[in-house]
Amino acid sequence: MTTFAQAILSGTAQGAIYALLALGFVIIYKATHVISFAQPALMVCGGLFSYHFSAVLGWPFWPSLFIAILLGAALGMVIERLALRPMVGKPVFTLAIITIGVDVVLRVLANRYIGADSRALRYPGGGERYELLGLALSHRQVTIIAVTVITVVSLALFFRYAKAGLAVRATALDQETALAQGVRVGAMFALAWAIAGGLAAIAGTFIATGSGGIEQDTWIIALKALPAIIIGGLDSLQGAVIGGLLVGIVEQVTAVYQAAYLPFLGANFSLVAPYALMLLVLLIRPYGLFGTKEVERV
Amino acid sequence: MLRVSNVEVVYNDVIQVLRGVSLTAEQGRITALLGANGAGKTTLLRALSGLLDIHDGKVTKGEIRLGEQAIHTWNAPKIVSAGLGQVLEGRRVFAEFTVEENLRIGGHTRRGGLSESIDEIYELFPVLAERRRRTAGYLSGGEQQMLAMGRALVAHPEVILLDEPSLGLAPRMVQQVKDLVVRVNQERGTTVLLVEQNAMMALSIASHGYVMEQGKIVMDDEAQNLLNNEDIRDFYLGRGELSTSYRNLKHYKRRKRWLS
Repeated sequence: MTTFAQAILSGTAQGAIYALLALGFVIIYKATHVISFAQPALMVCGGLFSYHFSAVLGWPFWPSLFIAILLGAALGMVIERLALRPMVGKPVFTLAIITIGVDVVLRVLANRYIGADSRALRYPGGGERYELLGLALSHRQVTIIAVTVITVVSLALFFRYAKAGLAVRATALDQETALAQGVRVGAMFALAWAIAGGLAAIAGTFIATGSGGIEQDTWIIALKALPAIIIGGLDSLQGAVIGGLLVGIVEQVTAVYQAAYLPFLGANFSLVAPYALMLLVLLIRPYGLFGTKEVERV
Repeated sequence: MLRVSNVEVVYNDVIQVLRGVSLTAEQGRITALLGANGAGKTTLLRALSGLLDIHDGKVTKGEIRLGEQAIHTWNAPKIVSAGLGQVLEGRRVFAEFTVEENLRIGGHTRRGGLSESIDEIYELFPVLAERRRRTAGYLSGGEQQMLAMGRALVAHPEVILLDEPSLGLAPRMVQQVKDLVVRVNQERGTTVLLVEQNAMMALSIASHGYVMEQGKIVMDDEAQNLLNNEDIRDFYLGRGELSTSYRNLKHYKRRKRWLS
């Protein structure tokens, strides 16, 4: 029982990172109807920003993270302005392909910076562990969960109460009507990309503090956000969070139990497990757990 | 005051929809714009409110002035800030928003004083106040129309464009919407440009009317005169029988007088 609870707890911490990435995907998708495949690159760049300020320039951890969020947001806005804005009105498929190109370009640049070694960020809390009822969580895991909760709550408040948040949602629902209310739709696209860039930077930073640091192929972690958003529903913010957590938990639980109970599935099946869950969800609810069917008056 | 002079609009660089339209919406008055489907009424409104862009249309000639400013090259947000509001055809409320959120987004261009303007709207449309926390998509058609009008009014526009507010409403609701348009015009002094298929409703409250066909203004007169005009009565008000008997005429002679 303790093992199971421990797996869920560790999975939640890992899932929190996926949730941040998934939120970025969903926010861009909602605002612009484009699935951005540039998120992995944004994540790696965000992590490297933190790394550069903290490990190279010697800044403390939290200010580095703050600067990395701002830079990540700026990077998102630059991508939107340079690569996507000129293509507004073109089929969304074309735009999605453009984001793949952007992703490749940024990753090549990032890999230049990374080089052969892994770029690990020293986490300021150290290796301290908290124990409760026989369950253990590291300082880092607790921080990840706390930061994710704060981020998600402030995003939810922003979209509900802030003027700009409301405008982003309006743009997502109906661009022409939003324009007719005086909403600068282009600025809202940029804002969505900025938020996604900032979220990716948070995720990247915490991945950089992990055991592996950031390596040439760390970007693959961001792809975990894809099953997360499909499980949660492409257009649902709470779906992205819950999808992200589920992916983390399923991954962790499989890692703990699969070798003992389903050994014939081979090693590392835990990497596949989120996709298996995704298939299952797609079969039962093709629009995801929280994906909204359009509100219509019958 | 809104003044349109000789405006031509072309879609996709080739399809000319407006062919030199001129009209004036006098300050503080209701001006009606009538016309059959495809006459170019909605295109004209898009040109006025800067929404042509997203439909791949352009104003290729002519000029649109709001007060003293030429606005035909501006984008939609700038035009809204300058004081021109539009209620789009088919209401287009944000279905997943609550009533209150819809009104808040209507005041997007306002700086401060948003809750006061929203309260004014609740005073004007008490039914919206009752439903303020409801999801807009579940309101009735008439309530949605009120919400769409309220949303445009939150920004305190000087001029408001109404695109077929009676569309798809029961006769009783049409009556109510008509009264509301008059109230908005009189109580708030908002200049109204009212585009309608329901010619009787529009002309009965307007002071001046324009008739549009195939991208041109073909007739323009005091609303009262239009109501009494034989052609208007035949082709727009539908009084059952035509003013002259056409039974013995060849069908190709049976044309509108203003086309000859």
